[in-house]
Amino acid sequence: MIQIEGIGNQTGKKFWRSLNELAATPKFKEWLVQEFPEGASDLLDTGSRRRFMQLMAASMGLAGLTACRRPVEKILPYAKGVEGLTHGVPQHYATVMNVAGQAQPLVVEAIDGRPIKIEGNRKHPLSNGAANAWAQASILSLYDPDRSQKVLEKGKASTWEAFQAAAKATFVGDGEGVRILSGAVVSPTLAGLRASLVAKHPKAKWVEYEPVNEDSSLAGSELAFGDRLRPQYNLSKADVVVSLDCDFLQLDNPGLNVIRDFAKRRKAVDSAVPAGHAADSKAAGHKTDEHKADEHQAAAPAAHAPAVAAAPVATPATPATESSTINRLYVVENNFTLTGAQADHRLRLRAADVQAFAADLAREVAALPQGLKILGQSDKFVAALAKDLLAHKGRSVVLAGPRQPAIVHALAAAINQTLGNIGETVSYTRPGRESSAVSITELAKEIGAGQVKTLVVLGANPLYTAPADLEFAAKYKSVATTIHLGFEVDETAAASTWHLPESHGLESWGDAVTADGTLSLQQPLIEPIFKTKSAIEVVAVVLGLTTSAYELVKAQSKLADPAWRQALHDGMVAGSQAPFVKPAANVKAVESALAAAPKAAVGLEVVFAPSASAFDGRYANNAWLQEAPEPMTKIVWDNPALVSPKTAKELNLEEGSVIVIERGGRKVEAPVLVQPGHADNSVTLSLGYGRTSVGRVGTGVGYNAYTLRTADAMGFGTGATISKSARTYALVTTQEHHDQAGRPVVREATVEKYKEESHFASHEDAHIELFQLFDSFDYSKGNQWGMVVDLQSCIGCNACLVACQSENNIPVVGRDQVSKGREMHWIRLDRYFTGTEDDPEVVYQPMACQQCENAPCESVCPVAATVHSPEGLNDMAYNRCVGTRYCANNCPYKVRRFNYFNWHKDLEEVGKMVFNPDVTVRMRGVMEKCNYCVQRIQEAKISHKVDGRKPIQDGDVLTACQQTCPAEAISFGNINDPESAVSKMKKNNRNYTLLHELNIKPRTTYLAKVRNPNPELA
Amino acid sequence: MADLAFDPKAVEQLSPPLVTGQPSLHDVTEAVSIHTEIETHRNWYIALAISGSVTLLLGSMLAYLIATGIGVWGNNNPVGWGWDITNFVFWIGIGHAGTLISAILFLFRQKWRTSINRFAEAMTLFAVACAGIYPLVHVGRPWRAYWLFPIPNADLAMWQNFRSPLLWDVFAVSTYATVSALFWYVGLIPDIAIIRDRAKTQLRHTIYGIASLGWRGSATHWKNYEKAYMILAGLSTPLVLSVHTIVSFDFAVSIIPGWHTTIFPPYFVAGAIFSGFAMVITLMVIARWVFKVEHLVTMTHLENMNKVILATGTIVGYAYATEFFIAWYSGNEYERFTFINRAMGPYAWAYWSMVSCNVISPQFFWFKKLRTNIPFMFVLSIFVNIGMWFERFVIIATSLHRDFLPSSWGYFRPTIVDILTFFGTFGLFITLFVFFTRFLPIIAVSEVKGMMIQTEHEKHYLPATTTGSTEPVKAH
Repeated sequence: MIQIEGIGNQTGKKFWRSLNELAATPKFKEWLVQEFPEGASDLLDTGSRRRFMQLMAASMGLAGLTACRRPVEKILPYAKGVEGLTHGVPQHYATVMNVAGQAQPLVVEAIDGRPIKIEGNRKHPLSNGAANAWAQASILSLYDPDRSQKVLEKGKASTWEAFQAAAKATFVGDGEGVRILSGAVVSPTLAGLRASLVAKHPKAKWVEYEPVNEDSSLAGSELAFGDRLRPQYNLSKADVVVSLDCDFLQLDNPGLNVIRDFAKRRKAVDSAVPAGHAADSKAAGHKTDEHKADEHQAAAPAAHAPAVAAAPVATPATPATESSTINRLYVVENNFTLTGAQADHRLRLRAADVQAFAADLAREVAALPQGLKILGQSDKFVAALAKDLLAHKGRSVVLAGPRQPAIVHALAAAINQTLGNIGETVSYTRPGRESSAVSITELAKEIGAGQVKTLVVLGANPLYTAPADLEFAAKYKSVATTIHLGFEVDETAAASTWHLPESHGLESWGDAVTADGTLSLQQPLIEPIFKTKSAIEVVAVVLGLTTSAYELVKAQSKLADPAWRQALHDGMVAGSQAPFVKPAANVKAVESALAAAPKAAVGLEVVFAPSASAFDGRYANNAWLQEAPEPMTKIVWDNPALVSPKTAKELNLEEGSVIVIERGGRKVEAPVLVQPGHADNSVTLSLGYGRTSVGRVGTGVGYNAYTLRTADAMGFGTGATISKSARTYALVTTQEHHDQAGRPVVREATVEKYKEESHFASHEDAHIELFQLFDSFDYSKGNQWGMVVDLQSCIGCNACLVACQSENNIPVVGRDQVSKGREMHWIRLDRYFTGTEDDPEVVYQPMACQQCENAPCESVCPVAATVHSPEGLNDMAYNRCVGTRYCANNCPYKVRRFNYFNWHKDLEEVGKMVFNPDVTVRMRGVMEKCNYCVQRIQEAKISHKVDGRKPIQDGDVLTACQQTCPAEAISFGNINDPESAVSKMKKNNRNYTLLHELNIKPRTTYLAKVRNPNPELA
Repeated sequence: MADLAFDPKAVEQLSPPLVTGQPSLHDVTEAVSIHTEIETHRNWYIALAISGSVTLLLGSMLAYLIATGIGVWGNNNPVGWGWDITNFVFWIGIGHAGTLISAILFLFRQKWRTSINRFAEAMTLFAVACAGIYPLVHVGRPWRAYWLFPIPNADLAMWQNFRSPLLWDVFAVSTYATVSALFWYVGLIPDIAIIRDRAKTQLRHTIYGIASLGWRGSATHWKNYEKAYMILAGLSTPLVLSVHTIVSFDFAVSIIPGWHTTIFPPYFVAGAIFSGFAMVITLMVIARWVFKVEHLVTMTHLENMNKVILATGTIVGYAYATEFFIAWYSGNEYERFTFINRAMGPYAWAYWSMVSCNVISPQFFWFKKLRTNIPFMFVLSIFVNIGMWFERFVIIATSLHRDFLPSSWGYFRPTIVDILTFFGTFGLFITLFVFFTRFLPIIAVSEVKGMMIQTEHEKHYLPATTTGSTEPVKAH
């Protein structure tokens, strides 16, 4: 029953901080010698004693002089009151931001002109109030002291004026030799400027390059439909979902609406069981958000647009005619992703074999003519899956992942067409942006041929992200004039003639087309903190325009005033989604393309996936994301190479072995993590690490997987070899134990079992009579806060974790401290493996303070620093806490977090701006933990009292985690109100109390997980 | 009286002499007082230099801790208490033997205690001093540690939480420290007076004069003294049981498997006496050799203490077995896991160190030869102390590191600061001893003499059996 770990297997590991240190290269040794690696020159002049005395005297004198001058502090009152602004009352503004290569619709909370929290835009169909971890964490980047702050010319400080003068001289004539390289242009304004630039300088070329992109999807649709189309999934209609290496719940997420729709269909399992109360009340949870947003969400405070809160528009309803049953998810993938974790059936295949699987499936569902099966071993899976798909024509969908080649996307399209899914569960739109004129490969060729004289890089970092075989770094340096606009002084900045600091999305005007084609507006919440400009502003400079970004964006939108202000208020132009096109797949073309496609080579493959933290590297300097545990591995501050247990055994690898991965003459060293459920003969590398120039947080964290990634292997490449080095590396994880030790922690059943035994979850409680010596406090009056977490829909994506970190001023402790078990996250996402090591299943359990009514922590605190509120909250009085840690010891859920050090000690002033002023910043030596966002409860209570309104209605208070959950897995509210969403959830059949037998009466309960396996595959 | 011929040899066999070599009363005074009077020996300075340095190390570690944060120790998220509370309970346990010897054995008229009680009481005090450091500095904000005391203060402006075992600890330990100090000091008064009377310089005379509170050795003094001593012994007796009972409540009152168990109070008390006696042996073996008082602290004393070690060690072993039985018998999954994990999990090395030191090693004392072998008992007493340290560590760390939810399981590793702080407390302990041996009589002179007189009486007037009176005679 109980598995005991071996003794002494933790010792003897060599600890090292970077691969450089490990390798002890001469460069690194030199670096060690210089105490200050960047910028500081060695003190070579030994000097005389006399000289020393002179210098000391002079510095003493100068030190005295500084005291003569008072520091300049500007305290400027508002000369005129700003309409709608009350000090300390948060304001909400809608905006849009390019997050991980996608335009994400957001609402940002600002207090006294300082943005402090990013949330999803509830009005936007893509978000419905949710935001992913990257979007929420980007607020930390805004206040990153390591941001690029100055214009640099050849590495020396310069000014915008100097650049403007230089630009005037450079951008003349027909643009011969001028190239512009940017990331994906999702902004119509920037696209418009691009058109004007090409019109003005006809020989100039604009290249788009995203290291993580939708190229193969568009190419696939071109194969199948003869048109570059973007699929739009409607999973609320899909009874059967098939993912072909598509992590649509996390890394390859095309929009948060996909997660929401998927989760809704998972929760629909309750409709199968009549006795209970179906989870139908979730919608109520978002009622108030609307109300709150209408009240506070105003247009920009900028001079151009005096704020007037506009009337709300109707939320575009999801065109959902939901079937009322649980869906079934099949996942075929190499690495264990969050989507794989939700799967009812998961087939682990090398990424290279997915193409053959897709072909087999296409033949089996008769999308392609019958032919030889390619993958023998998955016959049973394919047959059952095909049968299931054919039984759900028009109510199923096949998704192909961006790492797969175009042919897999084309096959998926063909299958969807055969099954009649197109127009039902998947529709197609034209991407709202033009494709780039030349690919980066061509650009590299042009540079190599000496055709490029001036290269402008807008917000991209090609020296880090470009395919390794292009040798881009060397070529870049050969260009006469290179101008780089970047958020950080990154790898490209260091090699550029000009480096220009880029504004954050919250500092600049802009616009973007979201994945569904909706035109969304980006309005700034704060003046640029440093002297920075956005890409739009820089292109305007290049074009010699004097119009401001605001005017450009407004002009581009073609909106006049009431509509413009409404669009600003909403953050988007309502109803501007791209129209669906009705394509027809050309099966013949797909078939011939399949025949022409190269067969997957046998042997070891390397897969390049974006990282859940750093994504493609752009969030490498974001400490919240670095410290957010990778959802599946729970590794922080690193990107281990993932291999299957079998492959690890074959190659004699164990966790922390350092391997050298070699492919096509390129090699990279990486520590290994043995990932249960990973495909054999496959190694997954995460991009975005191993940055050499990014800031104090991200520099030197992990290894750089781009060094292996070539233009022909952007998703994966075969023919790699692994050799084990003698070194080991200690990976740091927040969860060291991965099974549930036979305990009923996460309770799970199949649909069949759920139908037989509707209360299976609570039946797993120990059958003991609970006895209490003393009378309980009377909790029958007033607001009694409670929470229900639905494990059925939780996907483990970390959005709640980052939301909590942002809302509650939770500090970052760093890799070393996490290794000592001192991470501070108030909510952790416990991940457990069940089943076999080769083919495990995964369950997630968000775990924060459970607000026990009989709280074990409270009775043991000698100074009564943690006490119960009459509303059932387990309150923390931080300033009363002396820090005995007894409460944490006595907490059976181990959710209390102790400030072992002053985590804020090294914080710079600008970094402190991110703090939520409604939440105490805890000092060292005190205990902290989740308190159901008590500041939000208080805010609601105060505003209700001020307004003289009735008691708080259900949904008036949303906890940060609940608000942002894209899967809507968290319900929170007053459990005394029988009509509240949370009360209804508590009556759900699947409701259970964790550690019920301790009789501590936690206020948070869980809804058990139910999977829907195909009986034919049982 | 011829028929009741007194055979000294027979008596000696029946009850071995507690003072050997038949010294005169003056010899005893000399033996015990001389080290406070002679010129300071070079070795004393060396001892002070070494132990003082280690104490300074303790001071610097504590300064570093208070300046930086608890994070300099190895404590972490599941394991909120590590070496701090382990060492606290360890030192508190050490102190127990002193109170037991001075109070309970006094009440039971165990005469053999007289030669060792002063030393054991001093050990109690110094151990409590070492223990007392930990609860104060282990808190996250030590500058607020006074909030644990129910003293009026404007910062907190409210009562402490009387439901918390930590608060009970505050009362138990502070009471224990106070009563132990009083008891020790009261016992010291007649002996300090001896030193005062022998003083050759005015300074000595004044200092010891003040410290002896005007003791003149009159019958009234003796009467009051005896009464006070008896009362304090009576007060101390329940403390022997209560302090460690309450310390054990820190664990027993919690809900963590491995802590939440009703066996803890007696188990902790037995363990404390066990470790305390072992520490007395360790120190006494050294002290009687250094100060050449082998005739006062005889083999009988040592053997008796070893018997106590054997008894309490066996009780402790029985408690370990009971814990395992109950863990199985309870049917509680978590409880069972905790104990299996103790014996077979990542801390098995600590568990088996504890068992071999605490349960197996004292069993050697069944053999008289080993029980009376000084090098052997010295080594064994150190083993017992190591074992008892591990017992506290095992209880604290293994229970915390894996409790209910496997996701939160962790591991505790001490840091160098943990180790040096603990090492430093030994420095403080020894330093206090070094001062004690220099300035105060390490053996209760008056009590030993009283016992000698009684023995003399028995020799000469055995048939009369005038045992009731223990009238001491002031020595010259």
